[in-house]
Amino acid sequence: MRIGVVTFPGSLDDSSALRAIRLAGGTPVPLFHASDDLKEVEAVVLPGGFSYGDYLRCGAISRFAPIMSSIIVAAEHGFPVLGICNGFQILCESHLLPGALTRNQGLHFVCTDQALTIENTATPWTSGYTTGQRLVIPIKNGEGSFQASSTTLAELESEGRVVLRYADKNPNGSKNDIAGIANTRGNVVGVMPHPEQAIETLTGPSTDGLTFFTSILQSMVGR
Amino acid sequence: MALDTVAIAAGEPDAEQPWRELGLKADEYARIREILGRRPTSSELAMYSVMWSEHCSYKSSKVHLKQFGEKAPHSDALLVGIGENAGVVDIGQGYAVTFKIESHNHPSFVEPYQGAATGVGGIVRDILTMGARPIAVMDPLRFGLADAPDTRRVLPGIVAGVGGYGNCLGLPNIGGEVVFDETYAGNPLVNALCVGVMRHEDIKLATAHGTGNFVVLFGAKTGGDGIGGVSVLASETFASGKAAKRPSVQVGDPFAEKVLIECSLEIFAEDLVIGIQDLGGAGLSCATSELASAGSGGMSIQLEKVPLRDPSLSPEEILMSESQERMCAIIEPAKLSRFMKICKKWDVTATVIGEVTDGKHLQITFNSELIVDVPPRTVAHDGPVYNRPIAKPGYLDSLVPTSLPTLDTQDAIKAELLALIASPNIADKSWVTDQYDRYVQGNSVLSQPEDSGMVRIDEETHLGVAISTDANARWSYLDPYNGAKLALLESCRNIATTGAKPLAVTNCLNFGSPEDPGVMWQFAETVRGLADICLEMGLPVTGGNVSFYNQTGAVAILPTPVIAVLGVIQDVRTRTKMGIPSAGLQLIQIGNTDDNFSGSEWAHLHGQLGDHAPTPDVGTEIRLTQLLLEAQPLFESAHDLSDGGLAAALAEATLRNNIGATIGLPGEFIPGGVAAALFAETPGRVLVSVDPVNVSALEALASKYEIPLHTLGSSGGDALVINHAAIPLSELRTAHTETLPKLFG
Repeated sequence: MRIGVVTFPGSLDDSSALRAIRLAGGTPVPLFHASDDLKEVEAVVLPGGFSYGDYLRCGAISRFAPIMSSIIVAAEHGFPVLGICNGFQILCESHLLPGALTRNQGLHFVCTDQALTIENTATPWTSGYTTGQRLVIPIKNGEGSFQASSTTLAELESEGRVVLRYADKNPNGSKNDIAGIANTRGNVVGVMPHPEQAIETLTGPSTDGLTFFTSILQSMVGR
Repeated sequence: MALDTVAIAAGEPDAEQPWRELGLKADEYARIREILGRRPTSSELAMYSVMWSEHCSYKSSKVHLKQFGEKAPHSDALLVGIGENAGVVDIGQGYAVTFKIESHNHPSFVEPYQGAATGVGGIVRDILTMGARPIAVMDPLRFGLADAPDTRRVLPGIVAGVGGYGNCLGLPNIGGEVVFDETYAGNPLVNALCVGVMRHEDIKLATAHGTGNFVVLFGAKTGGDGIGGVSVLASETFASGKAAKRPSVQVGDPFAEKVLIECSLEIFAEDLVIGIQDLGGAGLSCATSELASAGSGGMSIQLEKVPLRDPSLSPEEILMSESQERMCAIIEPAKLSRFMKICKKWDVTATVIGEVTDGKHLQITFNSELIVDVPPRTVAHDGPVYNRPIAKPGYLDSLVPTSLPTLDTQDAIKAELLALIASPNIADKSWVTDQYDRYVQGNSVLSQPEDSGMVRIDEETHLGVAISTDANARWSYLDPYNGAKLALLESCRNIATTGAKPLAVTNCLNFGSPEDPGVMWQFAETVRGLADICLEMGLPVTGGNVSFYNQTGAVAILPTPVIAVLGVIQDVRTRTKMGIPSAGLQLIQIGNTDDNFSGSEWAHLHGQLGDHAPTPDVGTEIRLTQLLLEAQPLFESAHDLSDGGLAAALAEATLRNNIGATIGLPGEFIPGGVAAALFAETPGRVLVSVDPVNVSALEALASKYEIPLHTLGSSGGDALVINHAAIPLSELRTAHTETLPKLFG
């Protein structure tokens, strides 16, 4: 099964996302921002990094990349998209997800092994988890504080669209401890933590992130 | 004011020139005139003044540094040695690794964020220039006292700058040091290390040959930043009416560097360059003169073709600008269009600014007027060499032995241990390291606070490399010859403790003013010690960096040779971590402790320095390395004993996984009693945890290598218990982790 990973200028975790797809058993397909060709992939990952140097606002320039026009149209028709960190920021800027990611409380870049709980297993990216499952996955960002209006927050909560929540300690001041959310349909998911950096015990704090990638492969088979 | 051309210079031999303001000595200026047979043009004067500066020419250190060549051990691993942008070593399986460490001390004091950021940017370009993909960075940092007001100004900015630039490049930061000492107030040390990997056949060199090949400048446009002292000349040449206030510290754009890295790697992969050089200190002056002198010598440059951010720059300023994120490549005409296509893909500006010629001179024109006409070697390599006066400093005659308390009670043990692990030099450094991305690229096997940083090179074969940077500046102050040796041995031990075999050495030598004979003596002794120990250990020196003038008034920094050792590990899955992983393990100290507290953190905590550094026992250290590597499968954890001695090692090893330990230190354990057992920093020691079933196998190996073992106790529980003095891990953790956040917010 072909899953794409988009490289924007300044993407950093693209190679790790490609590796995660491969280790999960999928066929990773590199996609380049300057083309609108999705190369017949069945799902796409927008990886972490500092696309366009995070200049203007994180994700604000990438949102206008040719590849994004294809992804936005496809996503509106149910095409699965996972945005990780900078990818999450791009999804918010693209209005595929509500809210915004702002400077961390404390104003520092924070890299740490973060405890999380899975809140929603109904998305194709999280179906392999169990609700309430505890994970430890790295976070590493300077602008990860999720903010949204109280109406939006109430909507996200009541519709069960909070996918991932910080446990033990909120590292950045995110509203409602939100670490990840989904769109109404559930096909578009954005998370601040980096599941692609928690797929091998050799290099990550756990293998808890791998299920994001095995989930999408299983979801697509079952479709 | 008119352009100062070669013709004008020849016609007006006696024109006044601001050579003194540019930092040249009278005899140096005279020598330039002698080389050229006329007075230099203002552009030539600018080039010589920067390239003959201490920073670029190593004029005070050269006579000493040549020992690294004279005493070089035979090494099959060395592929590219001293003199290129960075040395390259063979790590097997067709892989070559390049690593280098450089200082960016002075800019980081002036402008902490940008100084540190561009320090990272510069070293990463040096590694990239060799043809390698940068894979990790490390940053040894040194500051004034932790609670000094200026440290609060400098430290947060430097840490944010290292993180802000490195994180944005996607390079994991896998280690380094954070050290506080009052001599670094006003002289913080920002040393930046980068390591990169390539296939043997992909090594690139800084050379320009092949008449008719193009000189291409690519990357960021050239601006007025980082011109520094040369602005003196600019204001001399161009009187009024232009913006004079420019930052003398360069400003970094990590995003530009990130796309430059990807662009360059794609260019290398298609083998499109003959030679390549990054633009760092002395900018285009350095790159063109070094490329030309490493090739056949002839090069012509049309300076007006350089793309500018600031159109008001004079030719002298264009030559001197240290604008970041720029590279210079030599390209065959047939490959130019492919080269340009890749640059366009990454939105990287690339411009042909000249070509390789069959002459022997570097000739630079500006709108067809000849403004530079020099033999490039005279600029790049034939700078002055000084044999500066050397004198053993007087302070060495008035050193006082330590006089420290004995630890007779449980309360005393507990209080001293908690105070030590809370002291800024021993305290947990997460406040710093959590601002760095250690995960990106997905190959970081070990990172801070492990003994070495370790990166996987090959996912299929599991080959990896480990790097450690170390210095004990107080030992170097007491005895620079042995201090340098001890730093290298510690670095090797850190590598071997994690399971990697030491392979090569680089260094960053940070000192006070070379014009002070005492400082020069420290420097000479350090280089002598380092060259000797590298020969004794059989480790090649692949390159290095010297930073002088780290002093405020008459007060020099502690002599601080930062030594980086690179090791190779065949299977990264076998690496050993420093944290005790479980209960029920036997805790063993490898190596003997003596009662010398000189230079130790515990003595420092009591306001004492002591009078003598340890004498390194190289034979024992070599056997210890062999033991560590052979016994590695027996270790559940291993942690080098260094700063803070056994006490700090026990605290770190227990806190890592929250597994306590119960330790008994018999009074006769060592001379100096419990205090020395806990706090002496005797080199050549490692704390290991071993499954009880493996203890006899370890004993057999230790006896084979004639290395003593001391059983300390066992792991388990939720406290660190030493001679019945119990410290709950929660209390230990609070003491260890609170210090830096309290100081820096």
